[in-house]
Amino acid sequence: MTKNLRVKTGKAIDETYRISFKFNGTTYYGFKGDTLSSALLANDVHLVGRSFKYHRPRGIMTAGSEEPNAIVQLHDNSSRTEPNVRATEVEIYEGLEASSQNCWPSVKFDIGGINNFLSPLLPAGFYYKTFMWPASFWEKYEYFIRRSAGLGKSPKEKDPDVYEHKYIHCDVLVIGSGISGIMSAKTAAKNGFKTLLVEEKPNLGGSTIYQNSDFFKINNQNSSSWLEKELNEIKKLGNLEIKTRTSVAAFHGYNFLLARENFTDHLPIEQRSNKTRQKLLKIRAKKVITATGSIERPMIFDNNDRPGILLSSAIKKYADFFGVASGEENILFTNNDSAYETAISLIQKGIKIKAIIDNREYVDSKLHYEVEKNNIKIFKGYTITDTFGYKRINKISIKQLSKDGQKVVGSKINLSCDCLGVSGGWTPAVHLFTQSGGKLKFREEDQVFIPNIYPSDQLSVGSCNGDFTLEEILKNTSKSLKEFLNIENTEYENLEILSSFNKSKRNIWLLPSDKVFGKTKSFVDYQNDATAKDIKLALREGFRSIEHVKRYTTTGMGTDQGKLGNMHALGIISETAGAKMGELGTTTFRPPYTPLTFGTIVGRNVGEFFDIFRKTPIHNWHVKNKAEFENVGQWKRAWYYPKKNENMHQAVQRESKAARESAGILDASTLGKIDIQGTDASEFLNRVYTNAWSKLAIGKCRYGLMLNEDGMVYDDGVTTRLDENHYIMTTTTGGAANVMAKLEDYLQTEWPELDVYLTSVTDHFATVSICGPSSKKIVSEVIPDLNFSDESFPHMSFKNAKIGKINCRVMRISFTGEHSYEINVQANYGKSVWEKCMEVGKDYNITPYGTETMHLLRAEKGFIIVGQDTDATMTPIDLQMDWIVSKKKYDFIGKRSLYRSDTIKEDRKQLVGLITDNPNEILEEGAQIVADINKSPIEMLGHVTSSYYSPNLKKSIALGVVRGGKNMMGQKLIVPMEKKNINVTVADPVFLDKENKRLNA
Amino acid sequence: MFIIHCPFCGEREQSEFKSGGEAHIVRPRQPTELSDDEWAEYLFMRKNIKGIQFERWNHAHGCRKWFNMVRDTSNDEIKAVYKMGEKPPIK
Repeated sequence: MTKNLRVKTGKAIDETYRISFKFNGTTYYGFKGDTLSSALLANDVHLVGRSFKYHRPRGIMTAGSEEPNAIVQLHDNSSRTEPNVRATEVEIYEGLEASSQNCWPSVKFDIGGINNFLSPLLPAGFYYKTFMWPASFWEKYEYFIRRSAGLGKSPKEKDPDVYEHKYIHCDVLVIGSGISGIMSAKTAAKNGFKTLLVEEKPNLGGSTIYQNSDFFKINNQNSSSWLEKELNEIKKLGNLEIKTRTSVAAFHGYNFLLARENFTDHLPIEQRSNKTRQKLLKIRAKKVITATGSIERPMIFDNNDRPGILLSSAIKKYADFFGVASGEENILFTNNDSAYETAISLIQKGIKIKAIIDNREYVDSKLHYEVEKNNIKIFKGYTITDTFGYKRINKISIKQLSKDGQKVVGSKINLSCDCLGVSGGWTPAVHLFTQSGGKLKFREEDQVFIPNIYPSDQLSVGSCNGDFTLEEILKNTSKSLKEFLNIENTEYENLEILSSFNKSKRNIWLLPSDKVFGKTKSFVDYQNDATAKDIKLALREGFRSIEHVKRYTTTGMGTDQGKLGNMHALGIISETAGAKMGELGTTTFRPPYTPLTFGTIVGRNVGEFFDIFRKTPIHNWHVKNKAEFENVGQWKRAWYYPKKNENMHQAVQRESKAARESAGILDASTLGKIDIQGTDASEFLNRVYTNAWSKLAIGKCRYGLMLNEDGMVYDDGVTTRLDENHYIMTTTTGGAANVMAKLEDYLQTEWPELDVYLTSVTDHFATVSICGPSSKKIVSEVIPDLNFSDESFPHMSFKNAKIGKINCRVMRISFTGEHSYEINVQANYGKSVWEKCMEVGKDYNITPYGTETMHLLRAEKGFIIVGQDTDATMTPIDLQMDWIVSKKKYDFIGKRSLYRSDTIKEDRKQLVGLITDNPNEILEEGAQIVADINKSPIEMLGHVTSSYYSPNLKKSIALGVVRGGKNMMGQKLIVPMEKKNINVTVADPVFLDKENKRLNA
Repeated sequence: MFIIHCPFCGEREQSEFKSGGEAHIVRPRQPTELSDDEWAEYLFMRKNIKGIQFERWNHAHGCRKWFNMVRDTSNDEIKAVYKMGEKPPIK
């Protein structure tokens, strides 16, 4: 039977609504409004996890998103399982199942706990130092290291939930709904700003909403009641939108923010279907008000990590808000007034406080006197030197601090307890502010970093701006809002405020101990088990930059990103290295503030929407005829059309044979098409292509090669002169957008004097390409009105024509080396023209072929594919395409680079043909080409770029780039593969029909 | 994510734009007259300044126009935008 630690009703709890849930297989009960952590504490469960490195037992430490220890796996082994969830943020629901992470076989008996006793052998940088040698063993070590340091399990099944993205534009975004956030949202909305208020928790009001003592009053009401009234008022405001369960993950420049809104995680699983689980909000705000509050600091002393040790503010929240006592025999440990606030709350709830240990020698505040009045023993000027209890704290040792706070003096006092609340002061939550590019300054008197320089139109208010007392918060927020929103006044200017918080503090980053320093375990980063000793070790080993110390010790590198301990790490570095905090700076805060699920990040971009793709107007015909598809850029292109049980090789062999022996038909609609008009169009082409264009007659086509300014081949394609000042350029499928952008760039920036206009018309036309000996007969039947005789319509020419009423452009051009025509029609007629060609072609064995056959056919002819046979290091000379480079033209893009000292080298990689000695041996594309396999290391001469078995030549053919290959014709080379060496002979890259007889057949 | 003021369209999201590197590098009118070193200077050398930088941007998913921008690369503040061919409004 577990204990029931429920006390007087908590503000958030509905005691009439009982909920059952499971933790590590045991059923517990909580109430509606509980978080997993408050419900566990109510059942006296503190031990919830094991630490990352030493597998030390760890308990719930906080009550918010800064939690380092209580991270759990939800619904293990289900499709909705989620690792690394903070128990402090999980709202319980009927049927919730949670389990501990990083322990085996169970959290109560964890074999990895042996690391705790081996800890002298596991200092900072242990993994770096130990597993360095031999380097080749790292992969083996890594497997075991990663397994023993597991951080939960990722789901194995498809995510059943739906996620969305949403854009939001607002005048003012307020982040956080504590007292200063509420004041900001209300003021902004009332002054006509379209305002959005986001709050990560399910309820509004921050910590003030349960601040109901007589020591904090606004206009004679306790601050909780006052804020409650404000909340009721803002809910009625028209231009204020409020989103709870919404956590800002990232604050980018120019007030662009990402937030995650959660809709279903607090619902029983069976109520989640057909609902959006989470939304990623992309918020662009004219003004941002950050009211993210502050995070209480723990204190750094020996064994400060035992289950049962919580932040004092968390104990207060569990008592006030959830009605839960975190322990039955409580001790508080503090260096400031906050612990007394907690004590007063506990006294009100009837929870026993045994003692308060205060670092300060003199305490003079109303809160402290109130506690003293209740006969609670206060040890002033004392510190904790050690704690005891393995799975739950059961005792502490305390000693008096020396005057300078560097040592402990006097005799040891032992005190038993089952819960210890620590309060080391407060750290403003400046994470979002710094993410946005904001610069911090260090305030010496209370040792905090606060916002200093704002990079955009934004404001920090409340305790994230370093205002900690009720009076400071109300007065400063009101004053800042007036200036920030440019308004005359706020309704908060004449409030009567009672604030009993005394700001005095005795800050000691690393508390002294009576033990030898090396023997203590004072944790700075709880999740990653980084201790004060580790940080000092890093400094001894020469690390000085905070960024280096962080990486070496892993401080702040857990899923909690060191929200609790980073300041202490800095403090210890500062004290040890004798550097000023303000000069050390902080490590960089990076998004997300709290982890995001992958689902939220991808939203609806899953499955077929993962990446958009483009379909040609003939796409559905390819689908109907069982084509396999290939992705080319964003396009889906028909790859090959298998018949019956054909594999790709068999289909391609059949298609290639048909294309050369009867007729083949290809959907070429994806080729980029750019319409070029203007009186300087010819001059423009002269400048962008390597060859000459001025003399191209109207109605003629020409192949062009385009270079980059560095002389390397960029794109190629056929351009047709439609009229005196009108051309249509084709580009490669993948290069279309880039070519268009590049041409625009030159036109607008280098040659604005040219009268040229470019329009992308890729999507406007469908292109049907028909090749083979029967192609002329087929197109003659499809377009009976056109004269297809060789005299009237020779190779590389163009004619306008009509198919019925459909206008079309017919080009006689060829990428296969066969007699070939391309019919271009308005895109929406594409499919019907294709079908007509198929119908007519039936008698001629017309065979649809895909990109694979196209590649094979062009390789037989030695035609290059830019991007396959070239990379960004091939000049036209390297490709043995000197014929297309004009010697006469004064200039074109890339010309000057063709005779740089590097590009004229003889031993550059050059394109050659490769013939295998065994005609049935097909080379692997990408395989290395070498001359001498006995030399060590083997000298790489180049690689295979294209390789096929040619059914028309009945042998294997390949293209490749080989250093100095141009002068190696007939030479024997070797392609070394894993199991054998393949002998090849360097050959001319044109394998078929060198005389171009077929083009004109 | 910047908000960029396109000189032709007005304020738009950065996602509509493409950055085009350093501005005011003029393509030599007579490349053949240049030595390898002089050509390489045009071709490869860029300043990559931390601080005030003059750069080219293209409203790629908008009007497709190229324009120039003065941006402080240390804090991404856009100081000015101006059309191609215009003189920079600040030095």
